[in-house]
Amino acid sequence: MRNKRLPPTAADRRRFLLRPVVGSLLALALPGVPLLARAGGHAASAEATAYPPVVEGALLQFPQDFGAHPQFRTEWWYVTGWLREAGGGTGRHWQGAGEGGAEGRAGGYGFQLTFFRVRTRIGEDNPSRFAPRQLILAHAAIADPSIGRLRHAERSARAYPGLVEAGEGRTSVRVDDWLLEGGDTVLAPYRTNIETDEFGFELVFEPGRAPVLNGKQGFSQKAPDPLNASYYYSRPQMMVGGRMRIGGTVREVEGHAWLDHEWSSEILPEGARGWDWVGINLYGGGGLMAFQMRDGEGRALWHAGTLSEEDGASRIHGPDELRFTPLRHWQSPRTGIRYPVEWEIELAGRRLRLRPLIDDQELDSRASTGAIYWEGAVRLFELGAADEARAIGEGYLEMTGYAERLAM
Amino acid sequence: MNTRLRHLFLASLLRRRLATALSLVAIALGVALGLAVQLIHGAALDEFGRGVRLLAGEADLQVVGAREGFDESLYPLLAMRPEVAAASPVLEIEARLPGRDDSLRILGLDLFRVMQVQPGLMPRVVATAGRDVDDAGGDGRLAALQPSNLFLSADARALLEQPLRVDGRQQAAEGNGRAEGELQPPAVQDGWLLAQSGLRSLRLRVAGEVPGASGLVGVMDIAGVQQHFERLGQLSRIDLKLADGIAVDTAMRALAPLLPAGVALRVPEAAASEAGTLSRAYRVNLTMLAAIALLTGGFLVFSTQLLAVARRRREFALLRALGLERRALMHGLLAEGALVGLVGGLLGVVLGHALAGGAFRLVGGDLGAGFFRGLAPSLQVDPVLSLAYLLLGVAAGVLGTWVPAHEAARVAPARALRAGEAERTGLPQAKVDGRLAGGLLGLAALACLLPPQGGIPVGGYAAVALVLAAAVLALPALARAVLPLLEHGRSVLWRLAHARLSATPAQAVVAGAGVIASVALAVSMAIMVSSFRVSVDEWLGQVLPADLYVRASSSAASGYLDPSALATIAAVEGVAAVDTTRLVNLRLSDTEPLFSLLARPVNAVGQGEWGLPLVAGSLVAPAGATLPATWVSEAAADRHRLVPGSVFELPIGGRMQGFVVAGIWRDYARQHGAALIDSRDYVALTGDTRINDVAIRVAAGVDPHSVSETLRQRFGPEHIAVALPGEIRALSLEIFDRTFLITYLMEAVAILIGLFGIATTFAALATTRQGEFGMLRHLGLTRGEIGRLIALEGALTAGLGVLAGLLAGGAIAWVLIEIINRQSFHWSMDLAVPWLALGVFATSLVVLAGGVARLAGRHAMQRSAVQAVKADW
Repeated sequence: MRNKRLPPTAADRRRFLLRPVVGSLLALALPGVPLLARAGGHAASAEATAYPPVVEGALLQFPQDFGAHPQFRTEWWYVTGWLREAGGGTGRHWQGAGEGGAEGRAGGYGFQLTFFRVRTRIGEDNPSRFAPRQLILAHAAIADPSIGRLRHAERSARAYPGLVEAGEGRTSVRVDDWLLEGGDTVLAPYRTNIETDEFGFELVFEPGRAPVLNGKQGFSQKAPDPLNASYYYSRPQMMVGGRMRIGGTVREVEGHAWLDHEWSSEILPEGARGWDWVGINLYGGGGLMAFQMRDGEGRALWHAGTLSEEDGASRIHGPDELRFTPLRHWQSPRTGIRYPVEWEIELAGRRLRLRPLIDDQELDSRASTGAIYWEGAVRLFELGAADEARAIGEGYLEMTGYAERLAM
Repeated sequence: MNTRLRHLFLASLLRRRLATALSLVAIALGVALGLAVQLIHGAALDEFGRGVRLLAGEADLQVVGAREGFDESLYPLLAMRPEVAAASPVLEIEARLPGRDDSLRILGLDLFRVMQVQPGLMPRVVATAGRDVDDAGGDGRLAALQPSNLFLSADARALLEQPLRVDGRQQAAEGNGRAEGELQPPAVQDGWLLAQSGLRSLRLRVAGEVPGASGLVGVMDIAGVQQHFERLGQLSRIDLKLADGIAVDTAMRALAPLLPAGVALRVPEAAASEAGTLSRAYRVNLTMLAAIALLTGGFLVFSTQLLAVARRRREFALLRALGLERRALMHGLLAEGALVGLVGGLLGVVLGHALAGGAFRLVGGDLGAGFFRGLAPSLQVDPVLSLAYLLLGVAAGVLGTWVPAHEAARVAPARALRAGEAERTGLPQAKVDGRLAGGLLGLAALACLLPPQGGIPVGGYAAVALVLAAAVLALPALARAVLPLLEHGRSVLWRLAHARLSATPAQAVVAGAGVIASVALAVSMAIMVSSFRVSVDEWLGQVLPADLYVRASSSAASGYLDPSALATIAAVEGVAAVDTTRLVNLRLSDTEPLFSLLARPVNAVGQGEWGLPLVAGSLVAPAGATLPATWVSEAAADRHRLVPGSVFELPIGGRMQGFVVAGIWRDYARQHGAALIDSRDYVALTGDTRINDVAIRVAAGVDPHSVSETLRQRFGPEHIAVALPGEIRALSLEIFDRTFLITYLMEAVAILIGLFGIATTFAALATTRQGEFGMLRHLGLTRGEIGRLIALEGALTAGLGVLAGLLAGGAIAWVLIEIINRQSFHWSMDLAVPWLALGVFATSLVVLAGGVARLAGRHAMQRSAVQAVKADW
């Protein structure tokens, strides 16, 4: 879930209007609460072109569902992972290299790339190829411990044939020269190409196993009301190879990644302020996805998680089996926002700890998208009976909805 | 030079206050006019350039086509090129505002691309009181993408929310029968703007502003513009930001082969220079007029300094005898001239800025020529330009003094000290004879043979200068030739004046030089403008043969007619025949201004009159030609070296199509060239069936007004303009006269300066001739008779100057018509000399000169005869 926006308040909405239009537009494009609040009021006026609902029991079909679902309001492909220089002795089968011990495995960069698709319901009757029926937005970032913060870039554009597209039938999303494509078959690889002034990467992802369906066979409920739901599958433990460029230095890299693909028409429940989400590739070969939806007071409205095994078996954890507890906060020197960068997660009796690769993985894109959030590489530890921490995996943590406190 | 000498020389200027003041004024006017022309034009170009920069933003290159645009398939092609970092497509519409005479430039943009390339054009949603954003077409945050939402610059909003006052010109242009002074409704009412596409009105919601834009600009989503203005698949421009490290030249070489015919790649600055090219010929013309004014000022300095030097010969001889170096004397005199030039130049610079400021308020930034419509430039002080014109003023002063100073420094002191010498040799003997003048005329003829340099008729201007110089030099010879013919006068005064002038033809040069220059200028302009106007009038008669003309908007704007509208028109009772014109433009090269293409049904044309004023070739397409026929305008023929039978390639519909030239026609409307083709060829090549103008012939006995009324009702009076040919003709001639208004002003100034020349010469002469006048008083002439004598001399001198000026003016008019206009504007005209006006002008100038001379000589007549004669001894 990539909510980069905050839940609406009257003050927020007013402020919103005064923002530059495109800023607003991009913010909207990130699946957000305000959208939902509005959609309720306007659903009746556009029945003919209404967004289809997400319903339980619809079976996901692959590779068909690797592709875009343009009828739904929002959709995203989200790849996160860890990269290390190739030939660094760890080998490509990193999870076989033993467990990380008390500190986890050394070195590495975090990376993430996201392609969003948004259906605007504008110009659906307009034969112009420029008609902004669909918008595609993309983010890419590298968490670079050598500078202690993120390198970040973004692209956004309206869909235009041959230039900006989210194709159906297989994964194929592009914004100009940024692209993510693959998934021609259930086990087919993906490739991505991202070039920015500051950095770039050209990577290939090998899934190695079938997609993991989250929630009830891919129907992922986000709140007590099943109306707020998405279709959602994950691809944990993808092997990564390729090149990464920082500045003028190109490195051969390898590592592991996690892909989320989610589409929905109404995700966020009334009263939600933000969420915390993790996707962790476990050293043992499994994968853990967990999230909590928070309300205005920071209380959890909803929890869910999926623990998958290397052999494809997975276990779904409902709201009663998960608890997120913040342990340590970090305050951004740029925005003054405090983020809980260390967490304790209780998962069906297990005690897990999240620690960031670097504290400062705040993404401030107010100038363009109007959103500020924290999205970064983390290590997962498990506490033993004597409270000793043992590294059990690496992945990504995303936290949204913390900026509001500052405004108030 | 030490203080005392400085005092000696410069104080002399103060002693002859009138002459100094007039020289100052002459130089000031010359400098002011020239500077004002440059300032006004510079400001208009600056303003245009600012607009270009805003629109281009950070673009390194622009892909531009003709006004009608090009196929958008080029856009993804370019956007994906490795040389291109960002590509921003633009579709520009000049939206007609129904019911109003103005229009709004709407830029259809892709906001996501604008952000990367032209951030100054980012729109901003403004929630107005009483209107929730949810009204803004659904979701407020997507307002900028809503197809009917429009964002206006503050300038546009302010103007469009106001009613528009109709002035006479526009009323005639629109032919909507609105009364002058009537108010047209605001275009923006209750947050909605009414715009016209074809013959329909569109409602566009004013959803916000464009904080970075100025001028009459609105921004919409590009998809909305394509949909509403029915321009699907079309773009006007693609602005490109190049990838890091890619040079503009490299990118141009790599991308140019991708472009279809008629689409060009250029740096954004080229748009401004294209605008500069558009108006360059006109600007050079005006600058040349100002230069003649300055030249006249230089002549004036020459005459006053020459006389002043003559008067001070004894003083200088004494100084030389006392040890003043020849060089120092010369420097001193030159310093006098320079000072006059400097002060005159300073005055001129101030006056020039004032003139420019006034012109902006009165006629706008285009000097009345219509090149920069819709710009509101503001006056900028340009230090470099001002300094250059100041230096020109100083140069005029120094050059005017050069000959007299040289003369004074050369004279042997002993000779000059002899009493009476000064008066008797008060003027240098003109050593020039007719041969030099003849040589200059020969050179002028040769200069006329030169081809234009960069579109500027350099040879023509050189010929004008040479003719002027020849006329000045030929003045003594002319005096010798003309004066014997006038010998047989009756009165004593006449014989005295005649004798005086015959004895000193050089005086005629000195006093008449300024007159010649200014009269020649005025006469040549008068002949040229008269020929031009008569030709334009005739031409209008030829190109407007029908009874009624209908259009939805000017061809540049968003109104147009389609075949169904044409059918509706043809079905109106009383309409006997219709003839259509589709007017589009083409980009023939990266650097040339746009070329006009007219598509008309040539069959209708073949049947008799079709309003094509041919100067060569035939109205009938050549039989057996494999290529379709075209008829090109004179400008097109000149620029592209075409004759009937030539093959002319035009980029139509994205590819080059050859045409065979069937004829050449005269076109005063499109300076940069036009070609007419058969509308069937046009439709076959482009698929474009739109029509801009319909010419209607009404059936015999039908009142065109009733047809016009029916048409207005049928289409809605706010959507079409119906005009009678007489109205169009009157409007065109009014525009013509407005264009030449500024030249009339400059002529008047030049004449004024010429009269100053007469005044200063006679004032100075009168002072040196006090002894002579005293003697005449002793011999029995009354004071009044002396006054008349001076007046007669003035009139005779001026008469000679005017005669030379008329001759020179006639020659220059020929150069203007046949060389300068042909080469600058590529149009021909028939000579039409306004004899009566010239006669009245010449006579009044001679009479005026007599009066001025008498006024100037008043001082000399006031002293008593005894004193005057005594002073001489």
